Amino acid sequence: MTFWRNQKIRGWIYQIAALLLVALCVAILADNTLENMRTRGIQSGFGFLSQPAGFDISESLFGFESTQPYWKAFLTGLGNTLKVALIGIILTTILGVLLGVGRFSQNILIRGLCLTYVEIFRNVPLLLQLLMWYLLLVEFLPTAREAEPFLGMFLTKAGLTLPWFGDMPVKAGFGIKGGINVSPEFLALLLGLVIYTASYIAEIVRSGIASVPRGQHEAAMALGLSRAQAMRLIQLPQALRVIIPPLTNQYLNLTKNSSLAVAVGYPELVSIANTSLNQTGRAVECIGVIMAVYLTLSLLTSLLMNAYNRRAAIKER
Amino acid sequence: MLTTTLARALAGVTLCTAVMLSLPAQAGKTLDTIKSRGQLVCGVNVALAGFSSADSEGKWSGMDVDYCKALAAAVLGDASKVKYVPLNAQQRFTALQSGEIDILSRNTTWTLTRDASLGANFVGMIYYDGQGFMVKKELKVASAKELDGATVCVQSGTTTEKNLTDFARANKLDIKPLVFEKNEAATGAYHSGRCEAYTTDASGLAAERTIAKNPDEHMILPEIISKEPLGPLVRRGDDEFFAISKWVLNALIEGEEYGLAQTNLDEKKTSDDPNIQRILGTAEDMGALLGLDKEWAYRALKATGNYGEIFERNVGKDSPLKLERGLNKLWNQGGIMYAPPIR
Repeated sequence: MTFWRNQKIRGWIYQIAALLLVALCVAILADNTLENMRTRGIQSGFGFLSQPAGFDISESLFGFESTQPYWKAFLTGLGNTLKVALIGIILTTILGVLLGVGRFSQNILIRGLCLTYVEIFRNVPLLLQLLMWYLLLVEFLPTAREAEPFLGMFLTKAGLTLPWFGDMPVKAGFGIKGGINVSPEFLALLLGLVIYTASYIAEIVRSGIASVPRGQHEAAMALGLSRAQAMRLIQLPQALRVIIPPLTNQYLNLTKNSSLAVAVGYPELVSIANTSLNQTGRAVECIGVIMAVYLTLSLLTSLLMNAYNRRAAIKER
Repeated sequence: MLTTTLARALAGVTLCTAVMLSLPAQAGKTLDTIKSRGQLVCGVNVALAGFSSADSEGKWSGMDVDYCKALAAAVLGDASKVKYVPLNAQQRFTALQSGEIDILSRNTTWTLTRDASLGANFVGMIYYDGQGFMVKKELKVASAKELDGATVCVQSGTTTEKNLTDFARANKLDIKPLVFEKNEAATGAYHSGRCEAYTTDASGLAAERTIAKNPDEHMILPEIISKEPLGPLVRRGDDEFFAISKWVLNALIEGEEYGLAQTNLDEKKTSDDPNIQRILGTAEDMGALLGLDKEWAYRALKATGNYGEIFERNVGKDSPLKLERGLNKLWNQGGIMYAPPIR
C-alpha cells in the first residue's frame, strides 16, 4: 500500500505510461502508413540510396558525379547546407552584434540607421529577400562574355571568381575557367540569410545589453574606462547570459531557413532530396532523411551553445 | 506534478484516438464516390500554357483540363462539374496516392519507375512530347551539342533533370544544371542571362517562347533529347475507373478518326457507319460495359470536341503556341496517335 502512496514512484509510473502511449501512437502511425502504402502498391524502403543518382549537381564541396549513388548526392546537399549555415552563422553574428551595439551609440545617425535596418529586414519575408538578392545579382552583373577582370577577379552572372594559388581565372567558352568560383546562388542565399538573421540578433543583443543594470555602465565610467571599453569589458560580458539562449534559436533558424535555397537554385539538402524524391517516388523516405538531418543539426547546435552558455554563466562562488 | 502528468497522459490518449479515428478507410469505387459527390476532382498543373492554366476569372483551360471536362461529361453528364486542384511537380503523386484527387491530368511523363512504384496506373497518351533546349539567338548556338561548358536552367521535380545529365554524358559535354523549384524562377534566371539555355519539354519551350518579352530573340534548338509521352494517371486498385478513364481518352481520339466534331455530332447520330453508331451509342450499348450509359462518348465529344479539336484549340494553330501536330497526328495521318477500337 505504501508503494502506491509514494509520490515519486507514482510520478514514475505516470511518466512510463505516457511514454508507452507515445511509442504506441508512433508505432500505429508507422504501421498504418506502411500498410496503406503496401495496399496501394507504393514501393518503399531505403534501398534506393545505393542506386546511382543519375543527375548532376551544380556545386559541391568534394565534387559529385552523376554516376555516384543517391546517398552521396544527399551528402553533397548536406555539405552545401553546412557550408552556407556555418559561414552564415559567423557573418550574421558579427553583423548582428555590431547593429545591436550600434543602438547604444551616442551618434543619433548610427542609432537611427541601426533601427531602420532592423525594422526593414525583420519585417520583410525571407523568401522575398532571397529572390531580391538573386535578382539583383543576376540582372545587373555582366555576363561572363562581357566581363573584364578586376585585380584578377571576375564578378559576373556566373558569380565571383577569384585567383587560387596562382590559378588565374580566364574567360573560356560560355563561362570562366580556373580559379575558385562562388556562385550567385550561394551569394544570394548567404546575403539573404545573414542580413535577415542579423536583424533578429541585433534585437537580442540590444535587449541583452539593456538588461545589464545601468550602474554597471556608470561604475565603468567612474573607473575612467572609455565608452567602448565599458561596452566591451563590462556590459557585453554580462549581457551574454541573456543573449546566448535566444542566439542559439537564431542559429537554428538560419540553418533551417537555408532550406529555402531551392527558390534561388542553390543545391542544398532539401533541393537534392526533392530531386531524389521525384526520381524515385520515395516520398516518405526522402522527407524522413531531411527531418532526421535537420533534427541532428539542431540538437548539435543546441549542445554546443549550451556548453558555451554554461561557460558564460556567472559562477556563484 | 501529478495533475500535469495526468493531463499529459490524457492528451496523449486523445491524440492517439484522434489518429486512429482518422485512419483512411479503403475508398469504395471511385465512380461511386464521384457520383455521390457530384463532382470530379482533377489534379492539374498550376500554370502551363496550353495544358492547364486558369484565367483571371478562375476558369481553367488547356489540353489536360479538357480531358477532365470530357471525363466529367461522360461520368456525370456535365463538363462543368470538375473541381481543379492545381499541383506542382512535387505534390502531384502524393495527391493522387492519398485520394485527394480522383485523377491526375498534369502533363506527366510515362516512365517505368513511375508506373511500377507509385501505386498509380497511366491511362494513356494525351500528348507525345520530347525534351528540348531554348537559347538566345545572340549566343550563336545552332545545336544542343555546342552547349559544352554551359549552365542550363531547369525546374525540379520532373524527368527533365535526369535527361539533361544523360544527354551531357552521352555527348561528353560539361553542362551545369541549375535547378529551381518554380518554373518562373528557372525561366527568370534564363532570361536574366544567368543560364545560357533553358530546358523542358518542347511544348513547354513553345509556351515559354510565346510569353517571352521578345519571342524572336529566342530559338528552340533542333535536338529532341528524350521521349516524353504525357498522359493522365489514376490510382491503382480500381479497374473500373481505370477502364472508364482509358476509354474516354480513346473516344476523343476515335472521334477525330471518324470525323465526329463538336458541331456535327447530332447529324452524325443518323450515320449508318457501325463505328460511329457504337461511339455515339445509337446502336450497340458500349457504355454498359463500363458501368456508364449509352451516350457517354457522345457527351464527352460534345463537351470538348474530338482530340484534334482539343489539340488545335489549346496548343495548335488556333492557339498562341502554334505547335505542329507532328507525332500527335493520327496514325493514318502520319502520326502515332492511335486508339484501340471502341468495339
